[in-house]
Order: sequence, then structure tokens, then C-alpha cells
Amino acid sequence: MASGKSRGFGLFFAIVTVAIGVAVAWGFSRGWLPEVASEHGKGVDGVIHYLMWSTGVLFLVGHLALGYFIFKYSKDQAQANAAVSHRTEAKAAIAPVLAMMAVSEIGVLVVGLPVFDEIYGEAPADAITIEVVGKQFEWLVRYAGPDGVFGKVDPKLVHDSRNPLGLDKKDPAAKDDIVKRGVVTIPVDKTCVVNLRSHDVIHSFTVPFFRTKQDTLPGFTARTKFVPTKEGQFELACAELCGLGHYRMQGKVVVMNNEDYEKWLSEQESWL
Amino acid sequence: MAIEEHHGPQSFISKYVFSFDHKVIGLQYLITAMFMGLFGGGLAVLMRIQLASSPDDPLVAPETYISLVTMHGTIMVFFVVSLALVSGFGNILIPLMLGARDMAYPFLNMLSYWTIVPACFLVLGSFLVEGGAAAAGWTAYPPLSALPEAVPGSGLGQTLWLAAMTLFIASFTMGGLNYIATILNCRAKGMRLMDMPLTVWTYFLSAILGTLSFPALTAAAIMLMLDRHGGTSFFLPAGLVFGNEELPHEGGTPLLFQHLFWFLGHPEVYVLVLPAIGMAFDIIATFARRPPFGYRMSVYSLLSVGVLSMVVWGHHMFITGMNPYVGEYFSIATVIITAPFAVLGLNMIASIWRGRIRFRVPMLFALGIIMVIGAGGFGGIYLATSVSDIYFHDSYFVVGHFHLMIGVVTLMGTFGGIYYWFPKLFGRMMNETLGKVHFWLTFPAIYTIFILMHFQGLSGLLRRYADHSIYGFAEVGKTLAPTITYLTFVVAGTQFIFLFNFFVSIWRGKVAGDNPWEATTLEWAGPSPAPHGNYGPTLPEAKRGPYEYDPAQEAGNDFAPQAS
Repeated sequence: MASGKSRGFGLFFAIVTVAIGVAVAWGFSRGWLPEVASEHGKGVDGVIHYLMWSTGVLFLVGHLALGYFIFKYSKDQAQANAAVSHRTEAKAAIAPVLAMMAVSEIGVLVVGLPVFDEIYGEAPADAITIEVVGKQFEWLVRYAGPDGVFGKVDPKLVHDSRNPLGLDKKDPAAKDDIVKRGVVTIPVDKTCVVNLRSHDVIHSFTVPFFRTKQDTLPGFTARTKFVPTKEGQFELACAELCGLGHYRMQGKVVVMNNEDYEKWLSEQESWL
Repeated sequence: MAIEEHHGPQSFISKYVFSFDHKVIGLQYLITAMFMGLFGGGLAVLMRIQLASSPDDPLVAPETYISLVTMHGTIMVFFVVSLALVSGFGNILIPLMLGARDMAYPFLNMLSYWTIVPACFLVLGSFLVEGGAAAAGWTAYPPLSALPEAVPGSGLGQTLWLAAMTLFIASFTMGGLNYIATILNCRAKGMRLMDMPLTVWTYFLSAILGTLSFPALTAAAIMLMLDRHGGTSFFLPAGLVFGNEELPHEGGTPLLFQHLFWFLGHPEVYVLVLPAIGMAFDIIATFARRPPFGYRMSVYSLLSVGVLSMVVWGHHMFITGMNPYVGEYFSIATVIITAPFAVLGLNMIASIWRGRIRFRVPMLFALGIIMVIGAGGFGGIYLATSVSDIYFHDSYFVVGHFHLMIGVVTLMGTFGGIYYWFPKLFGRMMNETLGKVHFWLTFPAIYTIFILMHFQGLSGLLRRYADHSIYGFAEVGKTLAPTITYLTFVVAGTQFIFLFNFFVSIWRGKVAGDNPWEATTLEWAGPSPAPHGNYGPTLPEAKRGPYEYDPAQEAGNDFAPQAS
């Protein structure tokens, strides 16, 4: 290839390279995240923003270096001997190793761990506990009722319309349990612990505005918790492929102030 | 193998069908992968049309859509990328780059190809059976994949899927053992392990990872088969209720399947992506006219990536209900992989430093690989960090990320490799102009597609949805869907230019000569096209390292072949 042609093409390719670096890094920072409505959600967004900044800068530097080299060495002229000693090559690897270890482990341990604790750590004493059960293709929500104890359930008793959770009438603790379909009602600014179960396949309890996602596994009780910070209605979706109706397994989370919540709760009738 | 007179097979059947020749077998794999790729790519186009159509007038029903998703993933991962890049190019390149006449076990090699053929038929045939093809995702998590009650595709379609996967793993294990034996035993006289081209190193690691990790899924597939048809409960707990009836299973857990699947699934990613990285190093060396920067450090990095890739599978399972503290270990371990990967990436960039770049078609694809590894690698950190993964899990961010790594990097590697080694196989060049058109229409479009999917994922858009219209939370992400669909048309259409170029050049391409790229490695030491037995009567010897280029010299005089 003639040197002039190669040079022009090198310039072109270098510009493309740098443009890609700038466009992608800029694109990431465009505020795609939906509004956040939970305490730990702010922390999750913090981790995401930290990664956008740290990896964005490294990504940009990499593309600038690549673009510069592509332009500079597209010139067909003798170059100084490129061979360097193994020692120099080993030394050149130290910087990227340290940079990546620092950036990524800071993300996991320094920025991430406190948020991890908010999600998986101990719940405070005044937390409210609810149960959410996934089934094809809806969400069932259960409150313990005035006695504060979730009654026994038995899969043999499950009937879609009459007894969707299979509550056992013989258990006194089950008698005052409250069961709702598709709507999770909770108070604002209070820790809400959700025990998650499934009746059939794997579902995933997902509230994007809370940055909450936890699979519900049959034969197993999973747990997640969050503190809603805003009143209103928030969408609930299923994130794990669960069959034909996966895409329409919609629910909602209604967050109200504490008084309204207590009032609402007292008005609910038990299922049995 | 001391072969004085090397007679090739004479009949059509022994030469082209049940061939023992590694180059023919490699080509069989490659062409099988192209065929499956047309099919798997076609499924992607259908998915994109669905996602861009109005919800009132969908292209396909939701059950068909999840089958499309499932089969697109399965076909692309196991029957396109694995076949083309690992089995196809692995077979073609390993003996040639080592200066060997063939693989260590030519019969096993043939058997491995003819084991994958029925697997392809099972996969394609599963679309025709009652209930349709498997619809439980390419990950086939039970109970969805275990119970016909759970989803229509969980009938015969899923059984065929499991049978195909079992055959695939059997085939891949035969191939992997063959690669390892060949690399350890059939290197040219004088070639130490540290004299091997990086491409061969990556195949070596690929084969080791594959043979260590894939059998876990064979076990899982057989257990799942027994759960489905033998009444066992490996993956099925008590208390499953379908249609108000409790099923008799008890004692198992779907979590076990997820562990077994990802014990294969995560190393599989590296099995696919490492050879593309190795090829990029070799292509960059040839077209930058200088040795790759930091050969030794790259080998050490590849080894660390290999070791680490075996102990991080749990990062696919942060929110599955696995103990979150175990998840935190997987998170800490996973992000360590960024360190050797950064060394590989920087070594690639530095391999251009003080070079004299020749912008031929393979080099364009190799430079593309560097950029995509950057975006794919950094995007991976968002997902490996357990806290941010809570938000990104099962969103389009994941789809964008893994497509960049095991879709685009591997595709760019396959294309770059085809343009680069085509003269070795056929003695002719592919058309340069069509190659450049292919690159410039494919690369920007395919890269944009998956970057836009990252943005969709940031906005919260969830994957495997036939229709997002009832949800409001990912509004801004949804608006990108039509653009992605149009770009998909561009990428899909452009591949016909490539196929035209490939098949026409086999007979009409410009005659290449033995070493058209002025490259150093041993595959160019023999005649092109390589005859049966690869090198005339005497085998080449490795007299020096694999990459003795000197950009201080003028063209034609700036390289010393490894065999000279």
C-alpha cells in the first residue's frame, strides 16, 4: 500500500477510534437510570456512577492511545527497533494490573460493601415483614395480620381462586393472615423485609425504581429488604424467564405514609 | 510421523466427507457453522422485528418469541461460535502453526465432527415437533425446563435440546483432548511452548478449560433428563403446584442446576473469546510488522484468566437465592480477572507502537477487536460488582455485554481469521474491496447495536420480554428499539456480501502465493494451499521465535520466518 494512502487511512481510522471512545463514554453518562425511590437504591446508583466515572476515564484513555498509535504508525517509514526486554514488558504490565485492581476492588469493597449490607444485613426491630409468592403469572402478597405470625401453608390446599396460597385453616395463626393479589402495599421510610417464595418455576421479584431484584425459587425462601423513600405507585415486574406470560407478570408496589398504611391494613379482611 | 511419500485420500467420500485431514475437518466445521449462523442470525432478525413492531400487531406469539430467544442463544453459542472459532479454526490452525502433519488423533477428530452433525439436526428439528422448540432460555433453568406443564416448549423440544447439548459436549471433549495432545506432542523440532504463536496458546487454554468444565453440564443434562422422564427429583423441590395440583417431586433444588450450568457456562465464555484474542495478536503482529508487545506477559495473563475463569461462575447467580455472602466472594474474585485482561488489552494496543501498519482487511477486524474488548471488558465490571448487578441482572445491559464479548469479539475474530488464513486454505485471496465494505458495514453497526442495549439496560429494560408495552419504567430505553432493529438489518444483510466473497474467491480469487502477507509463523512455511500432510516431504523446524519482524527494515526484508 502506498505510504500516502496508508497515512490518510490511518488518520481516518484514528479519528473513528477516538470518536467511538468519546461517544460511548459520553453515552453512558446520559442519565438513563429511572428515578430512585429507595434508600439502598441511592447506594446502588452510587456504585453505578462510580463505575461510569472510573471505567469511563480508563476507556477514554485506552481509545486515545489506540487512536494516536494508529495514526502515528500508519506512516510507512523505518521505526526504531521495537523489541524491548522482558523486564520492560513485565514492568509495563504493573500499571494496568494495579489500576484495574484498584478500580474494580474499590467498586466492590469500598463503594459496594456498605450498600450490600443495607440490602442483605440485619433488619431493624421496627421493620415490617411481608411475604410475596410468585406463580405463573402473578404475584401474591401476604401480611401476617394482627397476631404478627404467618400461618402454615400447605401446597395440597392451593387453589387458584379459593385459596391461592394454600393457607391451612387448622392453624390459628393462619386465620388472620391477609392475602392480596398483585399489589404490595407498604409504608414509606420504614424497612420492609420481603420473604419470597414460588409455587412453580423461578420468578424474580423486581422493582426497578427501588433497584430491587431477587429471584423466587420454589422450595426455598429468599429474602430481600428495602426502605421506600417516596410515596406513590411503583411497577413490579418479573425478571426471570418463567414461561409464556413472563412479559406480563406485572404487579405494583403502593407506598403510602405510615398513618394511611395502618388505616389501610386495619381495613383489610383476612382470607379465611 | 515419518512419511516418505504422503499419499492423500483418493475417493470423494474419504477426501471430503469422512476425512481424517484436519484442514478438511476444520472447513467442515466452518461451513456447518456458517449454515447454522444463517439460521441463528435469522432468529435474531425475527426477534428484532418483534421488538420493533406495535404490540397490537406482533410478528409472533409470546410462546414463539421465547423459543426464538432460547434457540438463538443456543445455536449461536454452541453451534456457531464454538464450531467456527474453536472447532473450525482450531483444527485448521493448530497443526499448521505447530509444523505438524495433522492432529494427534485424526480418527477422533473425524468422530468429533460427525458427532456434532446429528446435534445440529436435533436442534433444527426441534422447531418442528409438538409444542415447538425449547423455550426455557439457553440456560435451561428447571423447573421451567423440567416440567411440560411449565411451558409448551418443555415437551419434546426440550428433550431434543438436552440430547443435542450432550452430543455437543461429547464432540467438544473429543476435540479438546485432541488439541491438548497435539499441542503437547506434535510441535515442530525446536519449538518450545514459549515459541508457540499466541493463537496456539489460546487454543491450548480453551481446550483445557473446555475439557475441565463441560462435563459438568453433561451430568446436569442427564440428571435433568431423568427428572423429566425418570421420575427423579434432582432439581425439583417439594411443593410444586401446577393447575391446583401438587406434583409428587421432593428433595431437589433448581439451584444445583444453576451451579452445574454456570460451572460450564462461565469457562465457556473464555473458551470462545480467548482464541479470538490470540488471533488478534497474530494478525496485529503481521500487519504492524513488529512482534506483539509483551509475549510472555500475555501468556501469563492468559494462564491467569484461565485459572480464574474456573472459580467465578457464581457471578451469574448473585440474586438467585444463593447465600449473598458467597456471592460477595464471587464478586471479589471475578473483578480480579480485569487485571490480566487489562494486560492483554494494553499489550494489544502497544503491539502497534513503533510498527508500520498495513491496513489490510484482517487488520481492520483485529483493531475492531481491541475496541470491543475495551467496551465489553469495562461493561463486565458493572455486572461483576454484586451490588450493581442487582439492578442490571436480566436486563438488556447483560445482553449488550455478553454479545460484545462472545458475539462481536468472536465474530470479528472469525472474520479476521477467515480473511487472513483464506490463502492458506485455498491458495487464493478474498476480494479486498468487498472485505473492506464488509468491515465498514458490519463493525460500526454491530458495535452500536450492543452499546445501545447497554443504555436500554441502564434504563431498566428487562430481557426475554416479547413485548414491553405495559411497563413504564424503561420508557427511554424502549425508544431505542427501532434503531437497533434497523441496524440489525444492516448487519444481517451485509453478511451476504461476505458469503459471496468467500464462495466466489474459492474459485475466482486472485492467486495468492505461498506467503501473501509476509508472515513469520510456521503455517506459512509450506505451500499454499496446504496439501494433504501440510508440508512437502520434510517438516519445518522452529529455528527462532514466532514473531521476528523488524519495522526498521524495508518491506520484503523486514521479517524472518520461524522456520528459516
